[in-house]
Amino acid sequence: MSVPAAAIEEAFRREGGRVLATLIRVLRDFDLAEEVAQDAFATAMEQWPRDGVPDNAHAWLVKTARNKAIDRLRRDKRLAEKKGQIQLEAEITAALPDETADAAPAGLEDDRLRLVFTCCHPALPLEAQVALTLRTVAGLTTDEIAAAFLVPPPTMAQRLVRAKAKIRDAGIPYRVPSEPELAERLDAVLAVLYLVFTEGYAATAGDVLVRRDLCAQAIRLARLVNALLPDRPEALGLLALLLLQDSRRDARVDAQGDIVLLEDQDRSRWDRPQISEGLSLVPHALRASPPGPYAVQAAIAALHAQAPSSAATDWPQISALYGVLARIAPSPVVELNRAVAVAMDEGPAVALPMVDALAETLGESHLLHAARADLLARTDRRGEAREAYERALSLVKNEPERRLLAKKLASLG
Amino acid sequence: MQYLLIIYAEEKKMASMSEAELGKIVTEFGAYSKSIVDSGNFVAGGRLQPTSNATTVRVREGKTLTTHGPFAETREQLGGYYLVEARDLDEALALAARIPGARYGSIEVRPLHSMPQVAR
Repeated sequence: MSVPAAAIEEAFRREGGRVLATLIRVLRDFDLAEEVAQDAFATAMEQWPRDGVPDNAHAWLVKTARNKAIDRLRRDKRLAEKKGQIQLEAEITAALPDETADAAPAGLEDDRLRLVFTCCHPALPLEAQVALTLRTVAGLTTDEIAAAFLVPPPTMAQRLVRAKAKIRDAGIPYRVPSEPELAERLDAVLAVLYLVFTEGYAATAGDVLVRRDLCAQAIRLARLVNALLPDRPEALGLLALLLLQDSRRDARVDAQGDIVLLEDQDRSRWDRPQISEGLSLVPHALRASPPGPYAVQAAIAALHAQAPSSAATDWPQISALYGVLARIAPSPVVELNRAVAVAMDEGPAVALPMVDALAETLGESHLLHAARADLLARTDRRGEAREAYERALSLVKNEPERRLLAKKLASLG
Repeated sequence: MQYLLIIYAEEKKMASMSEAELGKIVTEFGAYSKSIVDSGNFVAGGRLQPTSNATTVRVREGKTLTTHGPFAETREQLGGYYLVEARDLDEALALAARIPGARYGSIEVRPLHSMPQVAR
């Protein structure tokens, strides 16, 4: 019998993540789990073309990896001593999933969910949570993650080593938290996914492609979390928000690699099927009372996505939603965005004092001065607008945004 | 696993509390201590006298240097501790969150190295 490579690859893709997650639970060691998982995949590559893909591929791979782990423990005395060999072997054997189970366990029993919560444990530094999630749940290599976050590979490698060491040495457990902790811990998971997304979203043409891939990874992870923990309004809200923001990816940057603002984007280049998917999730996300911040942000993104043009956007509703956001998750940036929406709804003169009120808290942000400059220009106060753009230019940190501000300044005449 | 739950608080704040407020905190600590003894988590614990009664000792190049005060001036000062036995970090963190001092100070949760040779 000759099994097509595609069928085998499909099995790996489907089961790979869960196999690794199960092995981490059984072996309680990230590195050992990864090594024996690789060994098991290699064995599968040898045997499956001949014997066919097994009915329960997950169990086959885990059992094969388990045996390789026991082999390693027997061969490597140092490793065995560290792990308390006899005890571990017994635990490994006892902890295996039922080989006769047909369906893959889903939901709270899913090892991938345990893995996600462990990687995003608040006891780990936030940047380590991000790195570990991308490494073990999303399967990116250390080099890929380093490139994505513009950090030297050895630094990223060290970050991962220390995180795994803390998990082992401080006793971070491998479990899904039970209610009521679960809601708070889920917020932490969503925050990590959002961070991955915004890191990728900030990348523009000219940056390494893997940074843009971060958006796709974040969406994939958000889908996984929703599949494993269904019906959670904030998790649905995050997925909706990511889908809707990402739908604009092909219109955000022009042929020269420069930023195109939302109001100037060619909306025919937005990903409509993705928008539909995002829109369908928004009502479910808004179910909670009060709604969560991701749900509200998704609702705002939905209004933009449904508008045929900037002028035809439901600005009063967006303004109101920013008002809600300002109550449930207040921040100066939310206030700034609200002012921008108010300017579109009620005119720049009304919004200007709102922006001025943020001068102290956001004084060092180029975004504040850029927003001020725009409002000043629209109220014919060109001299002051020029100064504000210059202030923004003195503060902006990345090149594409700098070029945009320079263009705006030049267009003032 | 054993964890040290290290209680930090601003001594100034404590000093400015009324008799009634302090009494309430002492009662709460008493209740907490009893609860973790009952649950089997308690190994040891104590309330430290203020840093005004602290003395720091260092020995450098054979010379003993003794100075008045804590090892360093910090915004919050070490006020007490619990040594607990817990299944994992989550259990230790849950124990720490229930310490009355967590509401106005900070609790550092530090795992101990396991020492298999040490007799219990």
